[in-house]
Amino acid sequence: MISLSEVCKRYPGGKDALLGVSLTIEDGAFTLLAGPSGAGKSTLLKLIATIERPTSGTVVLNGQNLAALRRSALPYVRRNLGLVFQDQKLLYDRSVYDNVMLPLSFSDHSPKEAVRRARAALDKVGLLARERANPIQLSGGEQQRLAIARAVVNRPAILIADEPTANLDAASAADILGIFASFNQVGVTVLIATHDEAILSRHAGRLVRLAQGRVAAQ
Amino acid sequence: MRAWLRQHRQAFASALRKLRAQGSAAVFSSLAIGVALALPAGGYALLADLQALTQRIAQAPQISVFLRRETPRSEAEGLGTRLARDSRVRHSKFLPREDALARLRGTDSLAEVAASLGENPLPDAIVIQLNESTPAVLEAMARELRGLAPVAQVQVDSDWARRLAALAGVARTGTGLLTALLALGVVAVTFNTIRLQILTQRTEIEVSRLIGATDAFIRRPFYYLGLLQGLGGGAVALALLFACLAMLNNAVADLSKTYGTVFQFQFLAPADAFTVAAFAGLIGWLGAYMSVSKYLREIDVF
Repeated sequence: MISLSEVCKRYPGGKDALLGVSLTIEDGAFTLLAGPSGAGKSTLLKLIATIERPTSGTVVLNGQNLAALRRSALPYVRRNLGLVFQDQKLLYDRSVYDNVMLPLSFSDHSPKEAVRRARAALDKVGLLARERANPIQLSGGEQQRLAIARAVVNRPAILIADEPTANLDAASAADILGIFASFNQVGVTVLIATHDEAILSRHAGRLVRLAQGRVAAQ
Repeated sequence: MRAWLRQHRQAFASALRKLRAQGSAAVFSSLAIGVALALPAGGYALLADLQALTQRIAQAPQISVFLRRETPRSEAEGLGTRLARDSRVRHSKFLPREDALARLRGTDSLAEVAASLGENPLPDAIVIQLNESTPAVLEAMARELRGLAPVAQVQVDSDWARRLAALAGVARTGTGLLTALLALGVVAVTFNTIRLQILTQRTEIEVSRLIGATDAFIRRPFYYLGLLQGLGGGAVALALLFACLAMLNNAVADLSKTYGTVFQFQFLAPADAFTVAAFAGLIGWLGAYMSVSKYLREIDVF
């Protein structure tokens, strides 16, 4: 379970990104985080992913207060989260397969198990046939699917995505959302930040709207 | 434990891949490190030879006692016997002037000079070695001997060896300083090489951190890279030293032949060669450590 209580985030320079946000996301939920640019969506995801720390308030993930964790403990928290970034953050100097293998290189899996998991993740997103390709050779939708494969290869309980359908056509966006839905169906908690109204209108799950750093509706 | 070992294996393999990718740049870095380390290693090898030589001589310092030419043979032999019985003397040898001349004639370079002499100009002599060979004891004995009536001159043979040893001490300090300075240079070379590697892999480091790589995991390949580069430099230094000493020995062989002796510079002992390689590896690692500590802080995702 993810629980935020009276969370505020002020960036250096004095910009307030979040102002007293309280929110609870149950295990296995599929939640969309909506709001215009600057509403605080990305900041909220970064706080859950331990990429940022709150200025005040608490972020609790599976019973752990993230703000109280030591810096050296953060990588282990991140390993249990699947992160999909808006700009994908793929490595273009290596193959599709090697990109998916990256999170497995610092996990405790045996080499055989790592290979099995990487191929399974690529199969799940429909990229197994292109495992030897370079990410630069993939379309925008395929690159996003590759980013999802890398996020899920360690089989995290929570999948967090920041604007995963930005810059994608409607068909690719629907395809990507379908992949997230399929993970959610097997019990993975999914939290997606988006401002794509087409997606929001079709979404049947929980919707949390942020505006100017506060929860406007949920 | 198995996972930890596997990660080290991966880091080592990753460092080897990086070295291969660097190509000629890695070769030239190792060459620069090797040349820098060959100088103090060479100095150390030459000093070790010099030290062995001075120790060999200084271990058995002799006092040569030259008697007045007019001293009767019986009196000279008597003095020799008396010195041999002295409790402070370990070994004493009376050297008649005829034997000294015969020795002179036997020396290649001085045979002609000896043959041209009308009469034997050499005095009888007594060569002694003391039980205790500290400079103070030697000097006290030499003073005592100079006071004896039949004695014309006393020569303490260890003087030059002591001077040589003192000179070697100065050279040793110089080599130590040179080692420290050049080691600093090697650290700087590795520091810069690793810095460039970090900048090249900035995106990979950033992504790895975001998805859960620990600092240790990220740092490890760079440490191995520094270590390998240092070890490569150490190997180059030893190869250069070996080649230089071989060339030097060819020249020294000709020179030492003219003195009727055989002298060769020795390559470092296996333990010393290992120390040079290990030291090179260590300073390579140190350069990497400093570089990683400084530049990874700049690629922080938190």
